[in-house]
Formats: sequence, C-alpha cells, structure tokens
Amino acid sequence: MSYFTAENLETAHEIISRYPRKKSALIPLLHLAQEQEGWVTDNAMRQIAELADTTPAEVKGTGSFYEMFKFHPVGAYMINVCTNLACQLLGGEELLAHAEESLGIKAGGTTADGMFTIEDVECIAACTEAPCLQVNYRYKLRLTADDLDQLIDDIRNGRATDIPEHGTLGLVRQHIPAGAGAGIVAPEQATERPVWLARNDAAAEGREG
Amino acid sequence: MTAVENEKSTVTVTLNGVEIEANPGELLIDAAERHGTYIPRFCYHSRMKSVGMCRMCLVEVDSGRGPALQPSCMIPVGEGMTVDTESEATKKAQDGVLEFLLINHPLDCPVCDKGGECPLQDQTVAFGPGESRFVEEKRHYEKPIPISDTVYLDRERCILCDRCTRFADDVAGDTLIHFMDRGNSTQVNTFPDEPFASYFSGNTVQICPVGALTAKPYRFKARPWDLEETISTAWIDSVGSRVTIQSSRNQVLRLLGVDADSVNWGWLSDKERFGFEALNSEDRLTAPMVRVDGRLEATGWAPALAAATDALRDVDPARIGVIGGARLTNESQYAWTKLAKGVLGTDNVDAQLGDGLPVEAVLGLPRATINQACTPGRTVILVGPDPKEDLGALFLRLRHAVVNDGTTLIELTPTRTGLSTIAAHSLHPKPGEVDLLAAALVDAVSGDAHDAAGVPANAIAAAAASISGPVTVVLGRASVAESAAVTVDAAIALSQLEGVGFLSALRRGNVHGALDMGMAPGLLPGRVPLRAGCDAFDQVPTEVGMDTIAMLEAAASGDLDVLVLLGSDPLSDVPDADLAERGLAGAGTVIAVEMLPNASTLTHADLVLPAAAPTEVDGTFTNLEGRVSVAEQKVTPPGTARADWMIAAELALRLGADLGVESPESIRAEIAVVSPVHAKLTETALADGRVEGVLISGSSIEAPTASGSTTPANDAYSLRLVAARRMYDNGTMLQASASSAGLAASVKVTLNPTDFEKLGLDAGTVVKVISGRGELMAPLAADFGVPAGSAMIPTNAPGSNVNTLIDASASVTDVRVERA
Repeated sequence: MSYFTAENLETAHEIISRYPRKKSALIPLLHLAQEQEGWVTDNAMRQIAELADTTPAEVKGTGSFYEMFKFHPVGAYMINVCTNLACQLLGGEELLAHAEESLGIKAGGTTADGMFTIEDVECIAACTEAPCLQVNYRYKLRLTADDLDQLIDDIRNGRATDIPEHGTLGLVRQHIPAGAGAGIVAPEQATERPVWLARNDAAAEGREG
Repeated sequence: MTAVENEKSTVTVTLNGVEIEANPGELLIDAAERHGTYIPRFCYHSRMKSVGMCRMCLVEVDSGRGPALQPSCMIPVGEGMTVDTESEATKKAQDGVLEFLLINHPLDCPVCDKGGECPLQDQTVAFGPGESRFVEEKRHYEKPIPISDTVYLDRERCILCDRCTRFADDVAGDTLIHFMDRGNSTQVNTFPDEPFASYFSGNTVQICPVGALTAKPYRFKARPWDLEETISTAWIDSVGSRVTIQSSRNQVLRLLGVDADSVNWGWLSDKERFGFEALNSEDRLTAPMVRVDGRLEATGWAPALAAATDALRDVDPARIGVIGGARLTNESQYAWTKLAKGVLGTDNVDAQLGDGLPVEAVLGLPRATINQACTPGRTVILVGPDPKEDLGALFLRLRHAVVNDGTTLIELTPTRTGLSTIAAHSLHPKPGEVDLLAAALVDAVSGDAHDAAGVPANAIAAAAASISGPVTVVLGRASVAESAAVTVDAAIALSQLEGVGFLSALRRGNVHGALDMGMAPGLLPGRVPLRAGCDAFDQVPTEVGMDTIAMLEAAASGDLDVLVLLGSDPLSDVPDADLAERGLAGAGTVIAVEMLPNASTLTHADLVLPAAAPTEVDGTFTNLEGRVSVAEQKVTPPGTARADWMIAAELALRLGADLGVESPESIRAEIAVVSPVHAKLTETALADGRVEGVLISGSSIEAPTASGSTTPANDAYSLRLVAARRMYDNGTMLQASASSAGLAASVKVTLNPTDFEKLGLDAGTVVKVISGRGELMAPLAADFGVPAGSAMIPTNAPGSNVNTLIDASASVTDVRVERA
C-alpha cells in the first residue's frame, strides 16, 4: 500500500534526514505527496505516518489545518480568484463570476475533465495589482475578463508552460547533501547550550560589567 | 537576596485579599484550589500538560505590572503575585468565555448523558450568562459517530478543549484521534477507517468536560442523580486501580477512575472500566448446580453443600487440591486457606495456574512500589509481560515516568512491547534465555560485557551504561511457553544490582492477596512458610503440597479425589492444555466455585457453587505492590450466589469445624492477629487509606535459589515459541462483557518477516504450527518486533489456544511452521 514512487520515496527519506525528529518533516512530506498526485490521498498519509513514526490521524490533523493541502481530488490547475477588498473594488467578484461562467462550474468546484478548480480566496497580498488571481499559486495580475479567457485557453492548449500542475511548488527541487545540514539535534539530545544563549549571557555580562 | 529569603520554600501569593503559601512552580489554578478557591476550567487536567485552550480559567493576576487577565492553568505562582478571582474583570471574562463556548454548543442537555454531571452545564450556571445573544445557525454534524467499538463522539457538543486528544497522544501514546481542519470547522476525529482502538479509550469519556464523548455501556442507562456510588478497587488486573462504582436500582452501571496518587492517577484500562458488564451478564450463575447424567442441573444450596461435604469428608488430605483463588477478596482467600490447610489439612492449594511465578520470586525479593519505580532519575528493567497488554494502569504510569520524568527503561523481553518506542534499550533475548541476558547485563555493569542470549555485547554494554539511580525490576512471565525458572533465574541475577527492588507483574486480580493469604503450596497467611505454623488453624499440613501443574498431573494419574476450582479455568489458562484436560478428566469430584461458567466448569465440574462478584461483597484486595485497599459491596449478588468466604465457612461447619468467621471485618481482625505483616491493617488505617490504600511490607519468605536449568539449543528448522497475553482474549469475564467481547482478535502466528523467506511463506497464509505436544492452525502475520527465530502466538485467543502446543515440563517450546 505504499504510495510514493521510488524516486519520491528517496526524496522523502532525504527530507526526513534533515530534521532531528522525524515528525518535523510532516509538512514537506505532505507537499511531496501532493506533488505526486495533485492532492493528498489517504494512502499517502498512511505512508507518511509510517515514514515519520506517527499515526495517520496526526498526519491528517496536522495537514488539514492548512488550506493549501487538498484532501480530495482537485483540478490540475487551481484558480484562486481574490475577492477581498482591493480586488472587490476593482472587479474581483465579476472576475470570479466570469471564471465560473467560462468554466461552467461554481467556486469550489472542478471541471469534469479534471483540468480546473476555482476557489474564492481572501487577500493574496497583491492589492496594488488588483484584480488578481493565482493559478497553482502563480500570480496573474490586473486581469480583465478577456485576459482570464486567454489564460484558460493557454492552459488548455499547453501554452502555459510556466505553470506546473497542481501540487508542484517549485520547478526545481533543492537537494541538500547529507552533511551540509545545519546539524540541529533534538533538544533532549543536545549536549551543548545553543550558541545564541551563550551570546546573550555574554551580552548581559557586558551590561552588568 | 538575604539568607532568610533563600531558605523560604514557599511562595506567598495574595489570593482574593488573603495571603496564601504556594509551592514554587505550582500552577496558580492548583494553588488556588488547594486553598479553597475553585477556578472554573474545562481544558485543564491536573494529570496532563496545560494547554490554555479553553480560556475559562482566566483570572486577574498582578505580577507587579498591574492587573491583567491571565489563564491560571498556564501561570506558575510567583512571589508577591496578587490574584483576584472574583473581580469584575474576571467575572466578565468568565461570562464572555462561556458565551463563546456555547455559541456552537447544541444545548441538547435533556437528551445528553452528561446532563447533571456536566462541567459545562454546572459552570454555565455558576459563572455564565443567563441567556445567549447568538441567534445564528449553529454548527451541525452527524451525531453521534462511533470512533471505536465502545466510544461515541458527538462533535456538536465538543468545545475543543483538547483533553481527549491530549490524553490519547501524551498519556496513552495512541494518537488515533486528533483535531482535524481549522477555524469554525475544527473537530476531533479519527483517520478514515482507523478507529480510536486504544486500550484506554474509556478515559477520554471520563475526562470529557461535555457530553461529546460517551461510552456504549453507559449510554442512556441512568441519570447522574439516580446513581449511588462507592469507592472501591478494580478487580480485572493486579494493579488495584481505585475506582468509583456507580449503581442504580441494584445494578452496577459505570466505573470511574479515582485519582490515587500511588496507584492509577485516575486512569483505567478499558478492561477495568467496562469489565463490570460481565457481572451483569445473563450468564451469571444464580443457583448451585450438580451434574446429573452428564448435564449440569440447578439445585439448592443444602443438597449442593451436602454433596460437597460428602466428597470432602474422610478423604486423604494429599488427595484434595484447590486451584485458583486470585478472584477472591483477601478475606475470602483467608477463609479458603483456613478451610483447606487448617480444616481439610491439605497443602495442595495454588492460586496461580502454572502461568505465574514461584512464591519466593514474589515475596522473597526486596519489593518496590509503583511510585518508587516511577521516581524521576531511576531505572526500570522490564523482565516480564507487556504491561500495555497485561496491566493497563501500570503501563500508563510507567509511560509517564519514562516520557516526562526521565526514568530510564530497559526491556529484556522476548518481543517488542507497548513501551519499546520509549524504552532507552529494548533487548530481545532468545526465548528461554532471559536469565543469561540478565546475568550478562549485571556483568556489563561491572565492566565485563559479553554476548548473551543472541544479544550482542555492545548492546548489553550500552544498556548497562544507561542505568542510573536505583533499579526497579518489573518481574513477570513474558511468555508462558518458557518455564518460570528462567524468569526466576533472571531475577536472581538482577538482584545483585545495587538498591534493586522488584515490582511483581503477576496479572490476576488479587493474586498477590492470594499469596499473602497463603494460597500457594508451602505458604501460610502472612507471608510465612508452613513451618512457621499458624495459631488460628486447628492443624497445619506438615508436607509442602503440590502446585497447579503437579495437582493436574496427580489428578491425571488418578491420585486426586477432590479438585476445587476456585474461580479458575485450567482448560483455558494452564499453559499445557493437554495436561489440563487429562487432569480435569482424571480428578475424582470437581467442585467449581464460580461467578460465570467457564470452559472447565461446563465440561468437567460435578458440582458448581455460585459465587458473588467483587461488586457484591465487602472486603479488601491486595495489589502488585502489596497495597491493600477496600472493595465495597455496591449491589446484591444475583439469585442465591454467596460470598466465597461464606461458602468456605459453611463447608467447614458441615465438616465439623468452625472457621470462626462471621463477617469480612471479623476475618480482617483475625488476619491482623495471625499475620505479622498485616498487623497495621486496622479498620482505622483502611478508613484513612480509603483512596491510597495501606501498603503491607515485610516478608518471612526466603529469596529464590537458582534453578541451574539450562535451555537447550533449537534446531535450524524450528522456531521458538513465545506465548504472550493480549488484553482482549477469550477469557470468561471479557467474553461476558457485551461491549468488549468482540475486541478479542482471532489467533494468528506472528513472525519476523525475514523468517518468511526462509520458510517460503507469506503474511496471511494459513499455517500449521506443530510442537511436540500438539498442533494448531492459524494465519501468519508479519512484525519486525518479533525477533527472527521466534514465533509469537497470543494466549487464549479466539480460534485456537496456544496452550495446546506447550509442554509444562519443558523449559521452552519449539515449533515448526508449515503451510497448511
């Protein structure tokens, strides 16, 4: 019932090795799982639990706190249209309505071909560029209805090469070679006080002296 | 700082204008409560870490920077702190927090089991707003959903206090429930298709401050104001957890854990908590029965007792045997010992069923208490069964000590246990060689590390190096497929460690009381050997009698005329099913004194006398530390069932002897006179120790001597058998508990996956397991926690009994596993 591909499983082990406690790797592992399938399946969480020495309940409890992890199938392209204040004033809601009409689905829904999911989101921190949206968390700014139609058309016809399918965060995965990590140890295994504590003490002594 | 201030060991806090002395580091909420000011709370629980989730305990605290609202469950007391729990600001905060907590709460109190004992209800009345301003639609969920076989969750009622999830994660280590989603959608839930199958799930029901979690056995059974209650002792295992027994209309309806600091801290295993169901079972024996033409038929007490007396009268004492007695109260055990040893004159009495330890290993070694084992900075060495499976409440205590208090745990067990993930070192010796490993560990402590029992020298050296502070050995039989001598030899080896104490892990309810009351061959009440004599007995056997195995062997060869089964089921429990069968078949008259009919009773008893259950008698129990605590009668026995001591007294009278016992109190008084170690067990001491019990210490039993037995090497084709107990099995009591009976997993053979290749088998394959004694069929399962070369089969599991494979006279059992 393993979920990860051989390559991803290797990456998972590499991720886990960066942390003093395996459980600390839960979030990056969930991202990896989402990258593989576009959403986080129950099987993925079972395997993550096994890898991180915890229970599937804890994996799901941790992951489900975060909106960006999807625990049900979503489209390959997730369109998040902002309808918060600045965007609303400049036509964000109309843009969302247009997207819904163009794709024939309501916000929260997924097209039958599994290509698109639309979401209505709160402020995505690009108020100066309103109205704006994200496709798989890549910004598209100051959009008109026509721009949106063009974008959808580009994606449909494979012209949006800058946007990977849902789940992929970065086009390049950073690999930290073993031994190049920060060498952080679990608090209970630490034999020395953290460097910064000693620094603080020295500073305090300086003040007293 | 002046010298005087340095010596001050308390912290002065002004609480509502009055100066109080608190302990340094103590939480404000605890300090206030100790001084009579109850601060309302939902999430705070004194046996778990504070999280400050519910905000109900906000009080106005001034630590020198002006008053501010602070959660008192998160603030340790500080010198000069001023606290106001009754100020306007505090009241307004409490009122506001409650209004928020009630926003989504359905207020379905009239149909809620918690109504009448609900902290949310009570505190809303005491501290909350009279009415809600919330007119919007409340949150809706399907209600209730079963999150395990026994526990139901109503998410609408939940106030997200984190108590159950903290318990599951921090206390039990079974993180099977968790907060899911966030914001308004936050809910407690399990992972899909992975239920909250924890042995300790019932505790979450007890600590839930609302009616969100309810347990199947109590749902819609009673209202709290209709319940009568008494503090008593759990009887399912030997931890002696303190419980409140609640009943209504003469029926026990619920058990709650009582926070005894030296025992169970308020926690119970589900087996202890829900085990009362068996006592309400329709299968309870309500009238004596006698076997007529091969069938058991109800009869009256007079003919039944007459038949029993006839069977016992004028029989050679050496041809009478008594097996069992761990179910009985101390008082009943004393009465039965007095009957057997003092009246009948037989020493063939054994409360253990060949699956325990010799008396010397329990009473002849320095003992330790649970609190001593769990003292921070000490070391616990586990040579015994998995506490999670056998002694639930002890498991929780040990787990807390290791996780939170820095206790070092070293396991010398045949397989992985429920504590392995937190143990400093888990060493798994070959079955039957734990004595060699224990000796090697002691050698390694003195600097001479060497390989032993299949464990490499460096692992043993590392374990030896981790030992710090005094050592407590938790001692019991990890596997009934190994002889007790191996465990005893391991104990002798470990007894050389400095300051060592032993905590017995014999599991049966009152087995330690049984030993204290002399229910073992060669033993008399008060932890004294036969030769010490007993003034209260008319006679004392001169020869040391037979233990259970020897009695069954004697019975099998026709040398036992009367066999009394005192709440025991040899067919299921004696680790040699063949011997048990031959023994029961060969015994003359078999008299069973039982609450519920078991396999042995149904097939072999000639006479069955119905006994009262632990909730139906007054008396005391003795736990694995030697702690005596009260068991109080809460309901009346069904039908004409009687207390075991009454049955003993009645039989004695009919045999022409007077036991001189009139009541449990009178027996206790006699015990205090007869037994030097029980001298301090006065009624006053028992009343004072109503929660904590009275610890009995001292013993005249000598330390065990090495058996000198060696375990033969096994051949390359066989696997060595490990027969370990699981919490849920085919036991009579569990199977009579409606809500727990189905939890017993059917039998399977667990091997290390590396052995699969060698045998050419796969997980799930049904295999035939063959020993020199017998064979059984079961599916295979894989687990790296079982060392290569071993085969683990649970005892008394539904399907087939592993006891059919075991030869009680052998030191280990080797089996072959073949495709069926």
